[in-house]
Amino acid sequence: MTSILAPSRRAVLRTGLAATSLVAMPAILRAQGAAVKLGIIQPVTGALANDGDLGKLGAELAVQDINAAGGLKALGGAKLEIVFADSRSNPETAAQETERLNGEGVAAIVGGFGSGLCATASQAASRYDLPYLIDVGVADQLTKRGLKNTFRFSPSFGMVTKNALERLVALNDAAGKPARTVVIVHEDGLFGSGLAKLLQTELPKLGFEILETIAHPSPARDMANVVLRIRSLQPDLVIPSNYYGEFVLLARTMLQQRVRPKGIYAILGGGASSLRFVKEFPQAAEGVMDCNHWPDPKNPLTAELRKRTEAAGRAFAYNVPMNYSAVRLMAEAIEKAGAPDRQKIIEALSTQSFGSGVMPYGQSKFDTGQNTSAMPLNTQVQGGDVKVIAPEAFAEAKANFPLKA
Amino acid sequence: MNARDLLPLILVLSVLAALPFLGLSGSVLNFLVTTLIIALAGLGWNVLGGFGGQYSFGHAAFFGTGAYATAILQMKLGWNAWGALGAGIGLGALVGLAIGYLSFRAGLRGSYFALVTLAFAEVFRILANAADFTGGAAGLLLPLRPGLATLQFADRKLFYLLVLAFVGVALLISRWLERSRFGAHLIAVRENEEAARALGVDALAVKLRAIALSAAITGAAGGLYVQSFLYLDAGVAYGTWISVEALLAPIVGGIGTAFGPLVGALALQGLGEITKHLAGGVPGVDLVVFGACLIAVIAFAPRGLLGLRRRPRKARAVPVGA
Amino acid sequence: MYAPQILIEAALNGLMTGAVYALIALGLTLVYGVLHIINFAHGALLTVAMFAVWGAFALVHVDPYVAMIAIVPLMFGLGYGLQRFVIGPASHGNDNNVLLVTLGLSIVLENGLLALFTSDTRALDSDAALQVIELGPLLLSTPRVIGFVAALAVTGLLWLLLNRTDTGRAIRAVAREKLGARLVGIEVDHVYAVTFGLGCACLAVAACLLMPTYYVNPRSGAAFVLVAFTIVVLGGMGSIAGALVGGLIIGVVESFSGLLLGDSLGQIGIFLIFILVLLVRPAGLFGARA
Repeated sequence: MTSILAPSRRAVLRTGLAATSLVAMPAILRAQGAAVKLGIIQPVTGALANDGDLGKLGAELAVQDINAAGGLKALGGAKLEIVFADSRSNPETAAQETERLNGEGVAAIVGGFGSGLCATASQAASRYDLPYLIDVGVADQLTKRGLKNTFRFSPSFGMVTKNALERLVALNDAAGKPARTVVIVHEDGLFGSGLAKLLQTELPKLGFEILETIAHPSPARDMANVVLRIRSLQPDLVIPSNYYGEFVLLARTMLQQRVRPKGIYAILGGGASSLRFVKEFPQAAEGVMDCNHWPDPKNPLTAELRKRTEAAGRAFAYNVPMNYSAVRLMAEAIEKAGAPDRQKIIEALSTQSFGSGVMPYGQSKFDTGQNTSAMPLNTQVQGGDVKVIAPEAFAEAKANFPLKA
Repeated sequence: MNARDLLPLILVLSVLAALPFLGLSGSVLNFLVTTLIIALAGLGWNVLGGFGGQYSFGHAAFFGTGAYATAILQMKLGWNAWGALGAGIGLGALVGLAIGYLSFRAGLRGSYFALVTLAFAEVFRILANAADFTGGAAGLLLPLRPGLATLQFADRKLFYLLVLAFVGVALLISRWLERSRFGAHLIAVRENEEAARALGVDALAVKLRAIALSAAITGAAGGLYVQSFLYLDAGVAYGTWISVEALLAPIVGGIGTAFGPLVGALALQGLGEITKHLAGGVPGVDLVVFGACLIAVIAFAPRGLLGLRRRPRKARAVPVGA
Repeated sequence: MYAPQILIEAALNGLMTGAVYALIALGLTLVYGVLHIINFAHGALLTVAMFAVWGAFALVHVDPYVAMIAIVPLMFGLGYGLQRFVIGPASHGNDNNVLLVTLGLSIVLENGLLALFTSDTRALDSDAALQVIELGPLLLSTPRVIGFVAALAVTGLLWLLLNRTDTGRAIRAVAREKLGARLVGIEVDHVYAVTFGLGCACLAVAACLLMPTYYVNPRSGAAFVLVAFTIVVLGGMGSIAGALVGGLIIGVVESFSGLLLGDSLGQIGIFLIFILVLLVRPAGLFGARA
């Protein structure tokens, strides 16, 4: 924990020092030293705490790097200062904390995680024309409410599924169409259910037959029955979409019950691209594919971020690079706005394009709030590590499909 | 009710109504809106739990019904927000009647009644999460359209005053319960149902009326919640969190008193805000402090915060062996 | 429809899961039967026990079944202390207040674990979870078979304790007539604390049996609370045999309704049974009186 705490404590110290030294400085210099406050909102307690924690870490690392490299250059080297808010995994607190961040005079807010949290927080921010950059919150509607202040860095639900299906067809075709029958296993919350509905209409059009769609609650106590059904149906392909704990249960129970489909192709799967899962259960994880948020493996910063995450005692997951990159993007927007002025930042975000940090988005550009360059990557667990297998431009390894029985 | 009964009520409401004009920040105003919505849910709970002695763990069933009805009637049927909110309150009352009819007819009391309400709320939650017209797990996002007809105000003060008006009505109802014949019957049923029945009180009818009233008030809180946050999903609407908030506020404030739920909600939500600053960067520490404070409040104010300033009006049933 | 083999497996799975549910419900029903309180901290206490099992495995490399020897008495002590020094004094013997105190306690425990261990989800990275017993075409998970047998054994032991020992007699006396028990010289506060301790000890056993196949994070105990309440009601509040039978029934019902309706909607089966039992026979299967 200390390593996570250290940067923020240092940041406090630094601004404290800056404040005292200001007094002695002539007035002209004062403007350049003033720190720009950036609101970071994440659920670090409650049901989504794990994701929130990692997201917060990513944001902190970004601010560390930006400040170490001389702050916001367009603003005379002004430092970024995080004002952190815990949304406690519930939508009312997310709104309440956004109000507080506004009260503390932040120039913009980055974060959210979870569609409900993003929905109320961005709406509260809209009252003050406070720019709000959503890290991850997949519900398509989030950017369709006509809120001028709200932008989403990551791909929306529709974008992820579109990519996931295209790549699934390509994968299957390249291997000589070994897979035809599918079982979908999804958590009954927003992303799992929404995904299942989309898959049910789209997969048959692509020549797949859905044998069964199985919903389960989160947290689930047991996956034995789900696996039992999969075993009796003997699908070629299992498509899971669930949170970490449930995915681990599912994968372990499948292994134990000796259910070996030709492929496990997760979409926004909680465990399939988690290094913790890979490390703890290499046997169950091997060969699992996932279409999910994931950083560009060819960017050297990605490996560095992974090391820094592990140095902080945490297992690497996409939340870290996602928030790292989102904060960097917001910093760039503030620079392009030329001042920590809310209207100007919104203006910049709506009209210009930005670097995407370590995410594989090329130049990010927002159309009615949605980053149109955003896309997920396909990964597969191979040899005890997560490797990107598609699209070609980012691939580190060839897909291992179909798996040997 | 006479002027002396109403005086404290008018005084409290006037002070609360004046608050937003003292130049409060958006953050404080938003805090007050949330707190009043929870106080309203608690005032509803208090009608049945406090005055009627029937402890519900499932007021989420009413809160959620009010909230979903308010949202769905507007979004899918194009109703005016006021009409939708009214219908939400009515539907909340109906759900209350139905649950009350089933469980009171079966003679459920105490823990049994508490658990059956909890189960009903859970069934609602699972159904709302799976159904299509509730938006399923994705939930509902009410479109942002400020205006009088849509019950969304660009100025947060107006919405605060609206919620306060509802709280005022609920306080008035509570006051009325303390003074009216119906209230007396309800309290008689709480203290000793058999004795009340022997005196000619129709206990079932009294309890049914109480649960309908209680559910209507809590349903109103649900409707206002969705108007305030413009977002709803099954976990928010029918989750245990609101059942717990609705019973915590009156018990901490002073159960079976008109002002108890309001005081309790202010104290608990305020405590929650204050402890947020104590986390020191380690997630969870603030809530540990919150939980510890909750235990301490109960240890030192067993009759609720309002119980601290005066002796109870009548002797409570002393637990056996206490 | 499903092949008979699948149905048999679903039934067996249900029984094995149900036995562990029963163990969790046992703690709850015992506390309810004696103290007449609904313990809101039950789920959080289960999480504490699960973290203890994880800690023993990950930090000291002790197998969960061996760790039971230490964790059961520790959890008993924790439960005893909590009732004697926190819940009892803070609630002044008032049922509403017990409710709030246990609620406060659950907030403290859950978030204390969050602060100490962070929100990471942890599982035991041992191969034990993958071992199976092959019974013809059936593959039975070894840890869950062990869990089933152990849960039955612990229920039996608890029954013996309550019916054949002085402590058990004192507990039953207090459960039936608190005032009378006090008059004959039974120290009621001590008995209360022992009962609460026993409830926690049951959770400790349940945690040791669950962890080889389950995972733990600061909120994982909560998943078991509602189902435990259902079992307590179904079996009859305060009934040991009721908790066991109720647990097995709920396990099988959950298994089949999950198979037929999907695990998500299948949860409704449990709550409908719960409501029906309450409405039709609130005393439950084994409860003596409502």
